[in-house]
Amino acid sequence: MSNLSKLTITEARDKMRAKDITSVELTQSCLDAIDAADALNAYCAKTPEIALTQAAAADARIAAGAAPDMCGIPLGIKDLFCTKGVQSQAGSNILAGFKPEYESTVTTNLWDAGAVMLGKLNMDEFAMGSSNETSAYGSVVSPWQREGSNTPLTPGGSSGGSAAAVAADLCLGATGTDTGGSIRQPAAFTGIVGVKPTYGRCSRWGVVAFASSLDQAGPMTKTVRDSAIMLEAMSGHDAKDSTSADFAVPNFEAMLTGDIKGKKIGIPKEYHLEGMPAEIEKFWADGADMLKSAGAEMVDVSLPHTKYALPAYYVLAPAEASSNLARYDGVRYGHRATLEAGDGIDEMYMRTRAEGFGAEVQRRVMIGTYVLSAGFYDAYYRRAQRVRTLIKKDFDDVFAAGVDAILTPATPSAAFGLGEMADADPIKMYLNDVFTVTVNLAGLPGVAVPTGLDAQNLPLGLQLIGRPWEEGDMLNIAYALEQSAGFSSKPNKWW
Amino acid sequence: MSIDKDTARRVAHLARIRVEEDQLENLAGELSGILGFMEQLNEVDVDGVEPMTSVSPMDLKRRDDVVTDGNMQTQILSNAPDSREGFFAVPKVVE
Repeated sequence: MSNLSKLTITEARDKMRAKDITSVELTQSCLDAIDAADALNAYCAKTPEIALTQAAAADARIAAGAAPDMCGIPLGIKDLFCTKGVQSQAGSNILAGFKPEYESTVTTNLWDAGAVMLGKLNMDEFAMGSSNETSAYGSVVSPWQREGSNTPLTPGGSSGGSAAAVAADLCLGATGTDTGGSIRQPAAFTGIVGVKPTYGRCSRWGVVAFASSLDQAGPMTKTVRDSAIMLEAMSGHDAKDSTSADFAVPNFEAMLTGDIKGKKIGIPKEYHLEGMPAEIEKFWADGADMLKSAGAEMVDVSLPHTKYALPAYYVLAPAEASSNLARYDGVRYGHRATLEAGDGIDEMYMRTRAEGFGAEVQRRVMIGTYVLSAGFYDAYYRRAQRVRTLIKKDFDDVFAAGVDAILTPATPSAAFGLGEMADADPIKMYLNDVFTVTVNLAGLPGVAVPTGLDAQNLPLGLQLIGRPWEEGDMLNIAYALEQSAGFSSKPNKWW
Repeated sequence: MSIDKDTARRVAHLARIRVEEDQLENLAGELSGILGFMEQLNEVDVDGVEPMTSVSPMDLKRRDDVVTDGNMQTQILSNAPDSREGFFAVPKVVE
């Protein structure tokens, strides 16, 4: 097995252009690595024929000159993206056997840029989860282990397959989606970079909907530069998504100067949670010192409604999900329950949805149904929408005061063991999103950057939150942080 | 706000998810726990605050109300659990 799958997107692009390697060689290296990593359960579908065909086409395009940056780069695609003729189940049994007749806009953009599809990546069912344990395909196992222990750990979720695949070099980059932290939390748990763009930057067309006002697709990669390259290829206006922004997409990579002199970085006081491990506090303070040493000015800021972000999210996201998931009724696609004699259409819906949806999805659909039901709509849903306005205003005020970006921890802890939260209250799992969910509610861009290892040798990440549509500036600050932190640890291969 | 067994049954029915009678108590407990967590929102003063319906301040684009796509019956039916004579087939709806 060659080591080519360990390359970054940047390195591979440069080597392919210099004719040192071909996309076919690079793709084969990834396919071999994938076949040797079944123990991680990161891929739920492998597409080697598609990959090698696309790789050969990419090689021809590179040979002809002037190929895009992503040309010939092998990627993993989260199962939430519809890919034509290839299973797209959103990690759910209710979409068993579903092979879309169409391709999502984001993946279309990537294939148009010459990227190569290695397969589909495991995820929490309908992206509802923070540990990849709610998947119909079973849990993803993180490539990382605690020092001196072989306890299987979570890669985080919901984009857990994407995170594990990038961290274990089973692809050069992966698509993820982020509704409350589903790109940034798994990126932080696995020592990689994950970007949630501004709401509207990437088209949602062809991405299985969870909570439409919060969902955004984004890249998960080994470096900040790779994310800049991949994000540019994923982005752009799409007439098929009415919330997609009709703005020009900048060359994000060209904005990575590393010069952040004079940038104002906010440290929100409300993110110092009660009971947060001292280790996380220290990582956060260290990150602030790194940015300061690089010439940024650190300022204390206040986001007073932070505390209400999680409860507001857990009204709004399930409400939208209950509406979006109404389409899974056993009529047009996916699973239909076997009916008993005399069963009518209502029984068909109810049996189909009971069999097809897992426990967490059922719980959220029912919560959503309740908060939208007559008599409770104003008390829960409308109130949560008002609180969302206040949460966004908190950020607007901070940015209006001249702050360029906000630095926070990405997660309140390092990765936990698979099954460790099984008996916990669902709320405890929801707390994983405490630092990330505000960003979705406010529609802002956010990036998780790995900055070091904890005492158990597990990666920890910090989050930078940018101004709307300023992903380029945010990524430049992330790049400076990455350069200062010099994080280069990889999991020890045990699989 | 605590949810009782009858409310849990009603919510499950509204969501069209079959829940066995002996599971309703458990479901009611879970839903109550989550709703309890949401009660914190009552501490926030939302007087005069507009509910957010769109996170980015932009107008939705409009297009002419014309047919732009179609004639793909085979593709539309290709994933159906049951289709007959060019239609989705379902159990009897009207007695």
